[in-house]
Amino acid sequence: MAEVLVVVEASQAAGVKKVTLEMLTIARGLGSPSAVVLGGAGAAEQLAAKLGEYGAEKIYAGEGEEIDGYLVAPKATAVAELVKRVQPAAVLLAATQEGKEIAGRLAVKLDNGLLTDAVEVAEDGTATQVVFAGSTIVKSKVTRGLPIVTIRPNSVTPAAAPATPAVEQLTVTVADADKLAKVVERVAETKGSRPELTEASIVVSGGRGVGNADNFTLVEEMADLLGGAVGASRAAVDSGYYPHQFQVGQTGKTVSPQLYVALGISGAIQHRAGMQTSKTIVAVNKDPEAPIFELADYGVVGDLFKIVPQATDEIRKRK
Amino acid sequence: MNIVVLVKQVPDSGAERTLSAGDKTVERGSASNVINEMDEYAIEEALKIKEAHGGEVTVLTMGPAGATESIRKALSMGPDKAVHVTDDALHGSCAVATSKVLAAALGTLNADLIICGAESTDGRVQVMPHMLAERLGIAALTGARKLTVDGAQLTAERQTDEGYEVVTAATPAVVSVWDTINEPRYPSFKGIMAAKKKPVQSLSLADLGVSPDEVGFAGATSAVVEFAKRPPRSAGTKVTDEGNGGAQLVEFLATEKFV
Ligand SMILES: Cc1cc2nc3c(=O)[nH]c(=O)nc-3n(C[C@H](O)[C@H](O)[C@H](O)COP(=O)(O)OP(=O)(O)OC[C@H]3O[C@@H](n4cnc5c(N)ncnc54)[C@H](O)[C@@H]3O)c2cc1C
Ligand SMILES: Nc1ncnc2c1ncn2[C@@H]1O[C@H](COP(=O)(O)O)[C@@H](O)[C@H]1O
Repeated sequence: MAEVLVVVEASQAAGVKKVTLEMLTIARGLGSPSAVVLGGAGAAEQLAAKLGEYGAEKIYAGEGEEIDGYLVAPKATAVAELVKRVQPAAVLLAATQEGKEIAGRLAVKLDNGLLTDAVEVAEDGTATQVVFAGSTIVKSKVTRGLPIVTIRPNSVTPAAAPATPAVEQLTVTVADADKLAKVVERVAETKGSRPELTEASIVVSGGRGVGNADNFTLVEEMADLLGGAVGASRAAVDSGYYPHQFQVGQTGKTVSPQLYVALGISGAIQHRAGMQTSKTIVAVNKDPEAPIFELADYGVVGDLFKIVPQATDEIRKRK
Repeated sequence: MNIVVLVKQVPDSGAERTLSAGDKTVERGSASNVINEMDEYAIEEALKIKEAHGGEVTVLTMGPAGATESIRKALSMGPDKAVHVTDDALHGSCAVATSKVLAAALGTLNADLIICGAESTDGRVQVMPHMLAERLGIAALTGARKLTVDGAQLTAERQTDEGYEVVTAATPAVVSVWDTINEPRYPSFKGIMAAKKKPVQSLSLADLGVSPDEVGFAGATSAVVEFAKRPPRSAGTKVTDEGNGGAQLVEFLATEKFV
């Protein structure tokens, strides 16, 4: 069976990201998954067990300062060299900022088509994408080269399929042109132990209705009790209630959790763009005409400052 | 500093958008088209850099004839001139081909700094800046929420899921920006009047030495096989809080096994 390259997304704090396990799951339907780890020294060893658990038959490791100290370009070079050498059936990357950027460079290097934000990839490489604020489903194919596809987080349920991968170190010749953009510092901004927004199975978001930054503790409290991530509408972000990386919507993150809770969010089309494909949607809003109710499975009309504290108390009681 | 800002015209994300039934491209004819919102932040950043360091700002757009409307709007914010790459053969171009054309156009402009939006609201592919950097062999600083220019040295805060990275490069470089970077100015009446007289150079594929079969449907590296409207979500239960709304909410969450 031909190899399928899965470009691993991992973080210092959380190790292998869930989207990587999803990619491995999808890859198994296309061929034999090989995980490509690109990062600092020792990265592959640290991630190997988890990658094997989800079916990586092989791990390619591109490690060290040459790869990790620069922005994206060396990683794309490493993957391109590997593609030329092993001639995989497909390359899967995460539809995250970095995954998309590597994919873009890779497509240019190989003069190859690129499909972004897929939620499904069929055996013949046809990718399913949900576009235009969740309103349209598109099936597309790469018509030149092999399928290079980025996978949107939370698209499939990761399934374990234990394998014992051998690790192969890559010797990558990083060109000078790949070293033009240097990473001088990586700064983690605290968000406690909450799951990553795009990967969380529960997201609790607050909007302008939350009123100010301090009140966002209400949103955080509910998220923590449910084991979810915190999100925010753009109005909440623009008003300084919550940091931008937690914005859900057209110009923020696309989330597709099992449960999405919208607190004090009107449900503008650009917000819906980022959460419309959530499995179950719950909303609290004092305006009975708020558009968020048009897509909520369960909506409560009323003041969130009364409803949310009561709800959190009730959840605590049931624990 | 010679700055080029990439501006794409897209269908308004606040209105209904669709693919055209015929050739399965983004329907631009009937849609109300606007400047890709993130590109307004790119324009603002370019103008701020020009104001601080001097130089010239050029708007570059690849798009159909109707994109001139967005170009004039961009110019009304303050850039000096614009280049519009337009050619019937471009219809149906994929990202790979678009990057080829934009790179060819950039080749004629001798930019120190190329600023673009982090992503477009129609394609949301987020790949253009890196594709261009790859083709031009220059640095890419992407996803910037802050940009500092010190002579030829650029420093950006690149937003990540975990926080941010501080990234540096020397010009020439491509920088892509998020909407956290600044607050775009509104065009003044004077700006709108002045924009009408600013030069807009139109370039065809022949002008750029790109062959028509490298772009459009002929040169596309991917194709839409089929598309369908997703069934709209329907509203479920809606209750009005009469003192126990929070408890009712949790009851629903419990029946759905979330608590
Ligand atoms: C190009 C473009 C891109 C955009 N991208 C995004 C994006 O990525 N994400 C995004 O979210 N938006 C985006 N927007 C903005 C979007 O159009 C809306 O303006 C925004 O989503 C509104 O946020 P909101 O619902 O929090 O605020 P509002 O629309 O002001 O709604 C606040 C809601 O809170 C309710 N409320 C107030 N007080 C209470 C209370 N005490 N209890 C209960 N309910 C209360 C109100 O009834 C109201 O419905 C974008 C817009 C444009 C033009
Ligand atoms: N046809 C185009 N003309 C000009 N700029 C473009 C074009 N396509 C993309 N861009 C620029 O590239 C950015 C990222 O777009 P995308 O990769 O399509 O998400 C946009 O915000 C624009 O600044």
